Amino acid sequence: MAANENNSVALNVKNLSVFFGKNHAVKNVSLDISACAVTAIIGPSGCGKSTFLRALNRMHELNPEARMEGEIKLFGDDIYSRNVEPVVVRRRVGMVFQKSNPFPTMSINENVTVGLRLNGVRDKKILIERTEQSLRMAALWDEVKDRLGAPAISLSGGQQQRLCIARALAVQPEVLLMDEPASALDPLATSKIEELILQLKKEYTIVIVTHNMQQAARVSDFTAFFYIGELVEFDATTKIFTSPSKKQTEDYVTGRFG
Amino acid sequence: MTAPNHQWRQFKDVLMQIITLACAILVIVPLILVFYHLITEGFSSLNLDFFIHLPKALGEKGGGMANAIVGTFVLICEAAIVGVPIGVLGGVYLSEYGGTKFNWAIRFAADILNGVPSITWGVVVYGLMVVPMHGPSALAGGVVLGLMMIPLVMRTTEEVLQLVPGGYREAALALGIAKWKTIVQIVIRTALKGIITGILLALARIAGETAPLLFTVGGALGWAHSLKEPIAALPLQIYLYATGPYEDWHRQAWAGALVLLLLVLAINIGVRFLTRDRFQQKI
Repeated sequence: MAANENNSVALNVKNLSVFFGKNHAVKNVSLDISACAVTAIIGPSGCGKSTFLRALNRMHELNPEARMEGEIKLFGDDIYSRNVEPVVVRRRVGMVFQKSNPFPTMSINENVTVGLRLNGVRDKKILIERTEQSLRMAALWDEVKDRLGAPAISLSGGQQQRLCIARALAVQPEVLLMDEPASALDPLATSKIEELILQLKKEYTIVIVTHNMQQAARVSDFTAFFYIGELVEFDATTKIFTSPSKKQTEDYVTGRFG
Repeated sequence: MTAPNHQWRQFKDVLMQIITLACAILVIVPLILVFYHLITEGFSSLNLDFFIHLPKALGEKGGGMANAIVGTFVLICEAAIVGVPIGVLGGVYLSEYGGTKFNWAIRFAADILNGVPSITWGVVVYGLMVVPMHGPSALAGGVVLGLMMIPLVMRTTEEVLQLVPGGYREAALALGIAKWKTIVQIVIRTALKGIITGILLALARIAGETAPLLFTVGGALGWAHSLKEPIAALPLQIYLYATGPYEDWHRQAWAGALVLLLLVLAINIGVRFLTRDRFQQKI
């Protein structure tokens, strides 16, 4: 597609189908996700966007009925190859969820470093460095630097979500998946998250599922429109929102349905 | 604006309130009675001798239940060693692993085991341990109480683990943390107070069991020197003394019952303390 001309490909998805039991949730989707860019996935509820996102780091496998067909390559490596463990994939492809979920038993800095510590990093110096670095990237450092030992659940909702982003960044993934990361936040916290996404795309590949069309238009470089499990259209965001090639896409982004 | 049968409705309302209040009071009456009797009858017999002396020979006055108190603690510890690891790990399996049908079967079995009369447990361990070992022992007593704990601890562990929101598991797995580390470091850590509460309640429940001990520990008037020997336990000693012919025995039985009740009460207060702390942390 024309959209990808100047970018290297981070995730190459080919003929992806995902099933939950008999339910065919994602139907034969192929698309290339560009590195160091933001790709938005939009579509009405139940159209398979979250399932598609979760297939990108094999999180959908938590459902024991899940089954997939097709191929996904992360910078050339087949993430569904038989000798690849999901744990390794998820270290390279991080995820932020709709509902912020910092671990309630841990302090702010313990939350940031938990991924490193439980993957065997013991070096205090690295942990301290990475805490500051991740919190700075998540634009949270200045707000929490004086109380890193405070319980994570003492933060506000927006801060908790940025903490979750810092926690995901601390393990230094190559791709960051975001499943409606701002839909539970107020407008101010949302705009902070959006600014953050624009900063992060300098170093990270970001895929974001959103129900908010304006948000997709504001933060993303590419947009994929899903409908009932199928990829209807995938193109540069400006094109999707100004002159989409499919009637269905136009109806959806102009709010005529969905 | 009043309905035609207004007074009749008001009467029914008051009547039902009185009935439910009366039932609620009936629930605590036995507890008050038990406390009242134990304190009036038992408190006067509680003295230092009771805690540090062995029972005197038949018919002789004085002496205490030192060996029975220690015996009960030994049995509780043994039961915890048997019941806690198996119960907790079983609960972890039920909550975090396993197929729906298989887990349903285990859960069903555990619920049935919870309802098995305690004397049945005693008979089973009598056959499994007392007969092959040619006699009752502290070991057999610990095992029977431990076996009784397993289904209790397993079910409460499973229930509190299920209360941990799935989002925490997903967050940990999405960080590339292995499943077993997620369970140990995130899920169990989040639910730890609930798990400990379940264990303490199970201990309180088995601390006063008498029937299974009748078959297994044998009882003793002196100290046990190894776990293979018969051992004394408070509930047994109470049973023995309360049904005996001597006035002094009855007095000591009351005191023993008071000590046992205070032990169970202490455990329950510990549980309250833990759960109160839990609400403060808003988990």
